[in-house]
Amino acid sequence: MNLKLKIWRQKSTSDRGAIVDYNVNNVSPVMSFLEMIDVLNEDLVKKGDDPVAFDHDCREGICGMCSMFINGEAHGPNRGVTTCQLHMRSFKDGDTVYVEPWRSEAFPVIKDLMVNRGAFDRIQQAGGFVSVNTSGRTMDANAIPIPKEDADKAFDAATCIGCGACVATCPNGSAMLFVGAKVSQFALLPQGQVERKERVLNMVKQMDEEGFGNCSNIGACEVQCPKNISLEVIARMNREYLTANVKPEN
Amino acid sequence: MELNSKIPDGPLDQKWTKYKGNVRLVNPANKRSIDVIVVGTGLAGASAAASLAEMGYSVKALCFQDSPRRAHSIAAQGGINAAKNYMNDGDSTYRLFYDTIKGGDYRSREANVHRLAEVSANIIDQCVAQGVPFARDYGGLLDNRSFGGTQVSRTFYAKGQTGQQLLLGAYSALSRQIGKGTVEMLNRHEMLDVVIVNGKARGIIARNLVTGELERHSAHAVVLCTGGYGNVFFLSTNAMGSNVTAAWRAHKRGAAFGNPCFTQIHPTCIPVSGDHQSKLTLMSESLRNDGRIWVPKHKEDVEAIRAKRLKPQDIPEERRDYYLERRYPAFGNLVPRDIASRAAKERCDEGFGVNATGEAVYLDFSSAIIRYGKAQANVKGIHNATEQQIIELGTKVVEQKYGNLFQMYEQIVAENPYKTPMMIYPAVHYTMGGLWVDYELMTSVPGLYACGEANFSDHGANRLGASALMQGLADGYFVLPYTIGNYLADEIRTGKISTQSPEFEEAEKNVRKQIDALLNNKGTMPVDHYHKRLGKVMWDKCGMARNEKGLKEAITEIQQIRKEFFENARVPNESEYMNTELAKALRVADFIDLGELMCFDALNRNESCGGHFREEYQTEDGEALRDDEAYKYVAAWEWTGNPSAPKLNKEELVYENIKVQQRSYK
Repeated sequence: MNLKLKIWRQKSTSDRGAIVDYNVNNVSPVMSFLEMIDVLNEDLVKKGDDPVAFDHDCREGICGMCSMFINGEAHGPNRGVTTCQLHMRSFKDGDTVYVEPWRSEAFPVIKDLMVNRGAFDRIQQAGGFVSVNTSGRTMDANAIPIPKEDADKAFDAATCIGCGACVATCPNGSAMLFVGAKVSQFALLPQGQVERKERVLNMVKQMDEEGFGNCSNIGACEVQCPKNISLEVIARMNREYLTANVKPEN
Repeated sequence: MELNSKIPDGPLDQKWTKYKGNVRLVNPANKRSIDVIVVGTGLAGASAAASLAEMGYSVKALCFQDSPRRAHSIAAQGGINAAKNYMNDGDSTYRLFYDTIKGGDYRSREANVHRLAEVSANIIDQCVAQGVPFARDYGGLLDNRSFGGTQVSRTFYAKGQTGQQLLLGAYSALSRQIGKGTVEMLNRHEMLDVVIVNGKARGIIARNLVTGELERHSAHAVVLCTGGYGNVFFLSTNAMGSNVTAAWRAHKRGAAFGNPCFTQIHPTCIPVSGDHQSKLTLMSESLRNDGRIWVPKHKEDVEAIRAKRLKPQDIPEERRDYYLERRYPAFGNLVPRDIASRAAKERCDEGFGVNATGEAVYLDFSSAIIRYGKAQANVKGIHNATEQQIIELGTKVVEQKYGNLFQMYEQIVAENPYKTPMMIYPAVHYTMGGLWVDYELMTSVPGLYACGEANFSDHGANRLGASALMQGLADGYFVLPYTIGNYLADEIRTGKISTQSPEFEEAEKNVRKQIDALLNNKGTMPVDHYHKRLGKVMWDKCGMARNEKGLKEAITEIQQIRKEFFENARVPNESEYMNTELAKALRVADFIDLGELMCFDALNRNESCGGHFREEYQTEDGEALRDDEAYKYVAAWEWTGNPSAPKLNKEELVYENIKVQQRSYK
């Protein structure tokens, strides 16, 4: 099939940027979306043009590096997948495809489709951990049984890949699905109890400082999350935040 | 070059304890003034950086990705081994040690492997304490499953995302230290050289991948946790960015490269679909717990399937060849990876491959679905369950265990693996070879360490499933933090190391020169063109099966690829700012040199062992035929300045505890 691509090109963070048109021909339906961009880039390099910069690494949907906004949707038209898992069989001959970077004040564009998601790392650094040193002398792993249901729920929250699709798709540019997922994972596990209050307060504080917006229950994040993280995590984070604020320290 | 493995004296099971008891320490006040650079933030790197910072060292960590959380350990699926014996199935530290040595086809070091088995149980304790959500059973205790090459269930897992959960655990420990300011994290940075001052590693030259600037970073020790080099084959299950550059540059500065030809071809990957393909996707070995591998017994069925006249589920049992169960009844579908891969290749070479390219076999879950369905029906008290009910119940169980893998498969292949068997074929997955290290994980350059997949030490000629995660975390959490002190104890009086020395000057100039040459190369072909060509030579001639003639041809062809690459590769030179093609070109140049060394190593090793299969050396029934007399050694290659004339050094392997014998899984 042949496609018309309209791709956001921006030389650097301070450059204004613009949509540029490209044609890609002989696209095979078994190609992934990123492999289609590879083909485009190979042509650009051969012609002596600058290839389109985009983030990608594992190409199997787990590293969270790829980040394209395709035809107005984070990671494109399919649900529960990242851009690298989107295959060209989801498009048809003659389609026009818009490809843009994540757009959010907290994710400045580095170049073309590549953005800086350092804000996510800084939120994790503010409290996304259990303070345990690596002595190897902790208690036996089976010393505290954890109900399977809790462990499974914690796992579901922990599958977040930190790609930022939730932020990109949210009209408020909110990161609450991302932060809620981490807060939920630890809130559901016995190991997370000691720092439970401090964690949610610190992570939310950092989230606000980074310039992310607030949640107004639109739910687009849940729809476009490639790992199907549930809105429940936002509800849980709000509850945790409230509890942390109203209950006296002792 | 003198290779001293520094294995402590004493009985095997007391070596590590004795070592820890006698190793020199650095007091807390002195640690603060000692700098350590950790390159890479996968399981080994993140755990090492976090642990060293917790201990009080001043740490700088680098990764080429946009965040340390994205290192390719994240993609590990199946699980992590630990000798906990929670299943009460006869597991022990010794058994894990024995399985690993045997699995590696007697080409790894006893002392290192025993230490790995010893600390394995601590890893699980540590990860649970960090909040890693491992799979649990209904009693709330940790669940286990089996992996290849073992007869116990010692693999801990988190669905098909164990690597992700473990890496996020290590990343959280690292984040905690970054937040405290004890680790300085440099994202989107690539190490391009190691700086040696007076024979010791004293820092690195790194390139900021965003701005393109070269940076000098000094330290009292440098730790490389930069992963494996499977991408030398272009197509592999590695991430697109995984590369050998840091390790290779260290090699060129004097670090010996151990057993480069020992690569792991993983038996269960999604087959290649076309020329445009950029990478291959693994289907976890854990699937072999429940999936049965087969091809049709009769050629007419193969043809009917290829012509799409017949569906695999319509082939009756008696017309199927479950070749692993047939050839290896004791281990069945859970033989080690090298054996499973070769067996798949053998069937496909004989013409029994089940897709259009003839390079695919089936991995079938229908018996598991029925088995689990029946058990669930009993649990739920459904008597006289219909077949449909049983299938539905069984499908749910399989989904619980492997849901994300099945979804990945369906995304790529557009077929439902709950209903139609998966098609799989071997692909490059892991590299057992790597920088030579001693017992302390130090390379042959003083002050330069290598951990995780980047070193060669624990897996011999074949790694067992679920052991990579174990080794990465063992090295980073529990081994390096002890051993590095033994070296740094001598550095407490050194003081801050200047980056203005002639050595830093020379190293930076050297890197600058290479970058300028690539940028000003007025070539015509994109870098990937050469990488793909190199990959094809490697796969065809230094892949699953190797022979003398092919390897000699490969060496000549690689030399030709090198020549053309430097004459005709095109790297956009408008700007060095986020120049992704330049970053790629620097990596491919190193892959070309490494590829040649791998062929030299494979050619030198006139035996078959583990993943290294020389067609000239096999038993009557096609198994690997070792030559212990001549090759029971680690081939540690030394850089001579000429990639086509590497120098071989040998470290003899001594087995004091295990009787070296022909490996059998029958």
